[in-house]
Amino acid sequence: MEILVCVKRVPDTAENEIEINADGTDIERDDLVYSINEADNYAVEEALQIVASVGGSVTVVTVGEEDDEEVLRRQMAMGASRAVMIADAGFRGSDGRGVAAILKAFVEQGRYDLILTGVQAEDGCAQVGGMLAALLDWPFASLVTSIEVAGGDALKIAREIEGGSKEIHAIDLPCVLSIQTGINEPRYVGMRGIRQVASVPIPRLGAADLAAALGWAGSARAKIVRTGYFVPPAGDGAEILTGKREAIVEQLMDLLKAKGGLN
Amino acid sequence: MARVFAYIVHKDGVVDDSAAELATAARQFDPQQPPTAIAAGWGDELNRVCEDLRTTYPEVWKLAHEALSYPDAELLRKALTCVVPRGSIVLVPHSHFGVDLSPGLSVKLDAAYVPDLVGIESVDGKWLTGVRQEFGGLISVRIRCDLLTGAVLNIRPGAFRSSEAVPAQGTVIDKSAEVVGLTARRRHLETIAAETGGVDITKEAVLVSIGRGIGEQENIAIAEELAETMGAAVSCSRPVVDAKWMDKSRQVGSSGKTVRPKVYIACGISGSFQHLAGLKGNPFVIAINKNPKAPIFRVADVGIVDDILEFLPALTNRVRQDTVVDGADRRRP
Repeated sequence: MEILVCVKRVPDTAENEIEINADGTDIERDDLVYSINEADNYAVEEALQIVASVGGSVTVVTVGEEDDEEVLRRQMAMGASRAVMIADAGFRGSDGRGVAAILKAFVEQGRYDLILTGVQAEDGCAQVGGMLAALLDWPFASLVTSIEVAGGDALKIAREIEGGSKEIHAIDLPCVLSIQTGINEPRYVGMRGIRQVASVPIPRLGAADLAAALGWAGSARAKIVRTGYFVPPAGDGAEILTGKREAIVEQLMDLLKAKGGLN
Repeated sequence: MARVFAYIVHKDGVVDDSAAELATAARQFDPQQPPTAIAAGWGDELNRVCEDLRTTYPEVWKLAHEALSYPDAELLRKALTCVVPRGSIVLVPHSHFGVDLSPGLSVKLDAAYVPDLVGIESVDGKWLTGVRQEFGGLISVRIRCDLLTGAVLNIRPGAFRSSEAVPAQGTVIDKSAEVVGLTARRRHLETIAAETGGVDITKEAVLVSIGRGIGEQENIAIAEELAETMGAAVSCSRPVVDAKWMDKSRQVGSSGKTVRPKVYIACGISGSFQHLAGLKGNPFVIAINKNPKAPIFRVADVGIVDDILEFLPALTNRVRQDTVVDGADRRRP
């Protein structure tokens, strides 16, 4: 099975404090540590496991900036056989639909049976996979928590719904699936693995290569624009207990007793 | 002004709570004119839903088709594409269903798409100014959306307070005949209900709930010890289940269990809206987190900025002292 996984490099919330810059136009990006979007990492692992069981190859692609090459290399170290970098000044500021259009143009230059994305990235949009499927007129399923190659031209998948329940679907190939975190246990990638793929060339495509996307890509075409960032209002907010740890524990004990927290 | 539609989620003939929230969001477009409700489904259940909607919506569009008995987004996207006029505003709850339906729907309707809206600040001509969140709720983002060719807006559940419905004597308009070509290359086979583990966290009065901040699987013992000493149970947020450190049946959240404890101690949990969606019944929430900016502090009653790996053992020791003094054995059977 030929599998394409769309990935994104994002600021790592485990490694950074996310703060807003002085004029509120963006987050503070100086000295940020970036990593592969967590859900995308699960998607790559899932693709690798499918290929290990039924054969084929895994390609990873990102739409971004030159620096994003590091996450592609990391996913190659995991086992992806090919990576493609899509970067172009004219693609900057694309909204979700723009990114989906760029990916569509790329997909149509290859031959893929299955496209995976992570369920969502740091912006919580969860949109590109569903848009890409609609543009390609392929079936789509979001929040996928298991994939079984059913044989023939279909997959049997589970998708997560409310309350921990799941829906089981048959879905024809080719299709697009957005992968939920927890679907598998992504393998560890060490420095050694990354060094081994350090010199593998990663082809780079731009607007000239993906001209079909031009009607949708770029900031001028974006229908959704971020106009400012701010700290969410605190609401009522918690009463923050302060003092030494021992004193806080005492305060908390009184509260627990009052609220029925000690059975 | 573009026509505004509310996609009505319903189950077993009962309208979902999200419908009233969509109605609130629609008021930002026109405070006087309620949206047009779209209800899709089949049979008596759909009829009951439409009759119910008619009492609060002036107009209800009914899409009846046997293939729509189960709300499968792949089919419903086709149905909506058949009936929704281009240029319309379509409001959908940002749920597991809305995430499945809406990105593709916006493409098919040639409309803009805004996922997970938490606020609408203004609608001025073709511009909508709204608020979203990024980084799991750490940061708010003001966005501007071009409504010229219409928009699909996914509304975060719970973000728009449902407002008192204005009584109406609406009409149900049967649009079923306009829905054609209801086949999909994805077929719903079955729905499997969640499993209940050995501990049913939905019945616990006190939950010690752990999140990503627990760091490692071995550290869960720290939370278990506190819970045992308090006579509580341990629950968790999604990352702990993703890491396979706890069973899915212990997960609190929209994709896990809905719990109604008296006291909820959130330990190293950032507080995403998906997690908070599983916390009902207005419990007393104590949040312990290293990061003073964690969104959980916005919703907790009491907050403690500390490392749970150090704070929880201190609390356990203190609770234990009381146990000894009282001579009572709090340990669970």
